[in-house]
Amino acid sequence: MKIAITSTGTSLESKIDMRFGRCSYFVIYDDMIGSIEFIPNSANDAEQGAGIAAVEFIAKKNVDKVISGEFGIKIKSLLDSLKIQMIMVKLPDRTIGELIELLKQNISKNK
Amino acid sequence: MFSIFVVNKCSFSMPRNIMPRKILNPPVIKGFKPYGLELSESSSEPVVLLFEEYEALRLCDYDGYNHNQASIAMNVSRPTFTRIYASVRKKIASAFVEGRQISIEGGKIYFDSSWYHCESCSCYFNDQEIGETIPQCALCGSAYISKVDAEL
Repeated sequence: MKIAITSTGTSLESKIDMRFGRCSYFVIYDDMIGSIEFIPNSANDAEQGAGIAAVEFIAKKNVDKVISGEFGIKIKSLLDSLKIQMIMVKLPDRTIGELIELLKQNISKNK
Repeated sequence: MFSIFVVNKCSFSMPRNIMPRKILNPPVIKGFKPYGLELSESSSEPVVLLFEEYEALRLCDYDGYNHNQASIAMNVSRPTFTRIYASVRKKIASAFVEGRQISIEGGKIYFDSSWYHCESCSCYFNDQEIGETIPQCALCGSAYISKVDAEL
């Protein structure tokens, strides 16, 4: 299963980006092989349609879950119809490392 | 002055975007096939019923809502709902009379999902399958979750 997290930076200490479409980086975590990938968001300074571009990018990566601070009204319906689960973390102090650690514990609990 | 400007601007730009329609229950079938047809007519094009039109028919004729209640359920205006409903009646009638297949596909829709809140990591998450009960948090796996009724 692949999980995407929106990030403000490129290290595990960077904090989660509260915006989905205009986040600085996407972190793609693959729990099968344990890989963590940082990909810059090319659409974050687009005048409009940043969210939709982000959804397209995420759908191409076959992501099952997306973690971000907030999702717009257009994005919620799009992700809903693509059957991608949305997780909203309302704490801006959470780091990418902490979130991945939570996911790891959750996955190992289910095994 | 402002209203004149808006009218002028609208008349030169593209038509308004279609609002996405909320679907509660997707259809269990992909379409209908007529039987007892003459061979010459069997190759005719199917009638394409949009998902939103199926949903309008279901809400109105199967569940017995009036147009106003059904429009709220689909998150569109009452006149828009009536247009969708008129279109599905027309399409089904033409399929019956002309002996054509009905296939249900397409339309600008989204599926409604319910949201949950986790007490231990204070995150919000939604469900992927409609009607499926979620035993634990999607992020931290804790069982202390509660359903959020309000639209997030």
